[in-house]
Amino acid sequence: MLLISCPNCGSRDETEFHYGGQAHVPYPENPNELNDREWAEYLFYRDNTKGTFAERWLHSTGCRQWFNMLRDTVTYDIHAVYPMGTPRPATAVPAAAEVGTASVAADSTTIGNAAPSTSATSIISSSTAPEGATK
Amino acid sequence: MANTAALTGINGLREIRRSPASHLAQALEAGSVPGAVVLKESPFQTMAGVRVAPSSEEGARIASVAGGLPARCGEVTGRDGVSVLWLGPSEFLVVAPEEAHDSLGGDLIGSLTAALGDAPGQVVDLSANRTTFELSGPRARAVLEKGCALDLHPRSFTPGTALTTEVGNIPVTLLKTGDDSFRLFPRASFADFLGRWLLDAMREFASPEVP
Ligand SMILES: [Zn+2]
Repeated sequence: MLLISCPNCGSRDETEFHYGGQAHVPYPENPNELNDREWAEYLFYRDNTKGTFAERWLHSTGCRQWFNMLRDTVTYDIHAVYPMGTPRPATAVPAAAEVGTASVAADSTTIGNAAPSTSATSIISSSTAPEGATK
Repeated sequence: MANTAALTGINGLREIRRSPASHLAQALEAGSVPGAVVLKESPFQTMAGVRVAPSSEEGARIASVAGGLPARCGEVTGRDGVSVLWLGPSEFLVVAPEEAHDSLGGDLIGSLTAALGDAPGQVVDLSANRTTFELSGPRARAVLEKGCALDLHPRSFTPGTALTTEVGNIPVTLLKTGDDSFRLFPRASFADFLGRWLLDAMREFASPEVP
């Protein structure tokens, strides 16, 4: 089970979220000018990254808000949570530094008082989840 | 706002109203363990779904009618028996007693709608969308902990706090009303499931504790 840190609600179980696929896929500026191949690539073609991947998530049984997340597709480490519409943050996370931690908690609170603000990008540098936070 | 006399005076319709968990009423009573954990349905509360930008002018108008708008996850505001629960940054659930409904002599929905006016946002009568379970007693937290991953310990989850999460794998808004009492707001179609799930989770407390 991943513990995902919603920008509004704090750390919640993965089951409360829906995956929204690759982030930063812009709608074509002039869809009418696209040929069939370009349109198909916009609709169906996505990266299949091994490593850090920018993706969209929806906190569907919580605050019902979308956000972006940088997640390592190999280790499942969550490197950053950042608002929709902001560029992908640069991360200086060494690829082999963290091994085997399936979940990362930005904060161990369930109540949003301590949740990171939506306007700020939170970069999670440590992958050490608090004792008992991993399910 | 409150007008209890009106409840009996709506052409006898009050008597034929059925709440989503009314068929479980006997089971809830039989499954409750006084002194440990008690479950009952508290049906027909007036609920309004509000979507408005809280920092806007119309947000301030709605806040003055509802008794404030909560600013963050977990926060609950309100007054005079009206609670405003935070569902999202611009989405709120206003919960009030049954008699606050406009059809029963109250003016909750109407006054919220008037406060919003033509501004962007919405006020929707959601009174039939969810029902309310009241779970109370010293073992109430132990029952919830069987199916809720949040930290429900009083150091983290304090009275007057509400969280939208999952209980028994279904979406529920959970309001803590006192040290040992909770309100659960499941959508109507989940009321049967959640009622039976809670009864099952309560069952062990009816038996003597095994040393
Ligand atoms: Zn959330």
